[in-house]
Amino acid sequence: MNRRTLLAATALALALPGAALAQDKVKACFVYVGPIGDGGWTYQHDQGRLAVEAAYGDKVETAYQENVPEGADAERVMTQMALSGCNIIFTTSFGYMDPTNAVAGKFPEVKFEHATGFKREHPNVSTYNSRFYEGRAVIGTIAGRMTKTNKIGYIASFPIPEVIQGINSYYLHAKKVNPDVQLTVVWAYTWFDPAKEADAAKAMIEQGVDVIASHTDSTAPLAEAAKTNGAVIGFGQASDMAEYKPSPRVSAIVDNWAPYYVKRVGALLDGTYEQVDAWEGIAGGEVEIGEITEAVPAEVKAEAEAIRDAIAAGTYHPFTGPINKQDGSPWLAEGETAPDGDLLGMNFYVEGIEGEIPQ
Amino acid sequence: MIGSIDPVLLIASLMVASTPILLAAIGEMIVEKAGVLNLGVEGMMIVGAITGFIAAVESGSPLVGFAAAACGGALMALLFGILTQILLSNQVATGLALTLFGLGLSSLMGQGYNGIRPPATAALDLGPVSDLPVLGKILFSHDWLVYGSLALVAATWAFLKYSRAGLILRAVGESHDAAHALGYKVIRIRLMALLFGGACAGLGGAYLSLIRVPQWTEGMTAGAGWIALAIVVFASWKAERVLLGAYLFGGVTVLQLNLQAAGVAIPVQYLSMAPYLITILVLVIISADRSRAALNAPASLGQNFHASR
Repeated sequence: MNRRTLLAATALALALPGAALAQDKVKACFVYVGPIGDGGWTYQHDQGRLAVEAAYGDKVETAYQENVPEGADAERVMTQMALSGCNIIFTTSFGYMDPTNAVAGKFPEVKFEHATGFKREHPNVSTYNSRFYEGRAVIGTIAGRMTKTNKIGYIASFPIPEVIQGINSYYLHAKKVNPDVQLTVVWAYTWFDPAKEADAAKAMIEQGVDVIASHTDSTAPLAEAAKTNGAVIGFGQASDMAEYKPSPRVSAIVDNWAPYYVKRVGALLDGTYEQVDAWEGIAGGEVEIGEITEAVPAEVKAEAEAIRDAIAAGTYHPFTGPINKQDGSPWLAEGETAPDGDLLGMNFYVEGIEGEIPQ
Repeated sequence: MIGSIDPVLLIASLMVASTPILLAAIGEMIVEKAGVLNLGVEGMMIVGAITGFIAAVESGSPLVGFAAAACGGALMALLFGILTQILLSNQVATGLALTLFGLGLSSLMGQGYNGIRPPATAALDLGPVSDLPVLGKILFSHDWLVYGSLALVAATWAFLKYSRAGLILRAVGESHDAAHALGYKVIRIRLMALLFGGACAGLGGAYLSLIRVPQWTEGMTAGAGWIALAIVVFASWKAERVLLGAYLFGGVTVLQLNLQAAGVAIPVQYLSMAPYLITILVLVIISADRSRAALNAPASLGQNFHASR
């Protein structure tokens, strides 16, 4: 009996390598910058991970690590994941850019996917991002129409191109519908610190800002706006944040990573995987606009939805000239749209925004 | 441009922003005065934040939430007390472990509580005095816990300075052997101090999750417990200076965001590090006089006590 079990086990072990060549099972791993429970950025990435599991069932195994600091710790986590048999590793924050490339060099068989970055130093590193600025154009329109004090605010995280695109797009579209609008930017220098985000919102509210957009990961700015009994409104960021409907949350920019994650893991399973630099927006379904609530008048809602639909149809680009830089020098001529290269390296405010981008 | 900052609102919001660290720091001060170094403040705060949040949401009453938060923090402190006072484990290591444990435990308990709004805590209704110009907004427009934290500072100050029990507590912290020789129950006194410290830290955490932010998110204390520990040293173990330190820290934090919102042209990085920089600066100034700083630290701080020694 014992001998028979042993023989069967040996036969099975011999059969396995052949099965592994077919790549019929993929282990997908995710590195998160915050907790899944942030209700925003990391939560949405985790929804994407769950979508991968739902799409491929037992052909895929997933693993993740939350709260991984950007820096040396990230490198350790990625190395650990690569050693533990992950076939594809998604690193979901801008600050993981260099660690991702460093670890990718050591594990050429493992695929690395870095969110929101631009460095692809090895053939096994792909980058992916969403055109969040398209969503900012829609909520900027709402902000410009809804503000009564003509002061709108933006809680920014770090001075990186993605955030600056968002600020510029938000301001340009608010200004388009309300020429008197003034933008206040507060740099929080964090992706996730609810108390600080709430304090930043509070500081703006005390200075008369009545529409707040945020580029940080928690729902704290909305919670702060909720204390004003409807005087201040805001937007869901990264996630729908539906619990603050109908006000202060009047709309939201929702990141939907699921299509991309399902596509990439699928490509690895059927052998069609290639290095990419993916940048999808509203048209590709990666950026969704959360329901615009009844706190917004019907005509404003229609106006915002028209912009959303025009962007989705490809007939409108949020950065269409004429647009000048902050110092008055021309950036885009009449009718010209911003090339992706300009957007990916964006390090300037557009004309009309006060203050400086911290360097 | 600075003109757009309303100093009255600024002071009012700095009091709110400082309250969590003030509560945690005053509790930790009593613990250290009894000769115990509990580095687990952060862990106790976050456990208080989630227990308070759960209790408030389930019962619909913020008051129940704060009571539960105090119990939650005290339970964590009791765990620390049993390990360090009875089983004589190393206080520094145990305190660090308590923080890590608290962070993990709180995110476990918090599953399913993300994105829920807790019942609101209204500002205390003080009638006509709230409408006084300037003073009304600064002093008479807060929720009860802001006043509670101020009362606690006063009570702690009086307790340490004037009461016999306070004298005993200090004796235990200065020389546990001598206190033991006089017949005081060193371990029991230290455990009680720890429970008080834990309850205060728990309240501080719940203030974050129920009033200041108000919502539950994992890791929401974001280092407030460590600031509280620094403030105790900063205050050289004096209650009135704990108040000063907490308000200074909270004040600079709020001020830097207000300055940014007002568009003051100071690089943001300087503003962001200002609270920490000023804390370090004052620490250096205070400890410049070595002999006096050393006099203030409880002599038995961080040492375990065993009666047979």
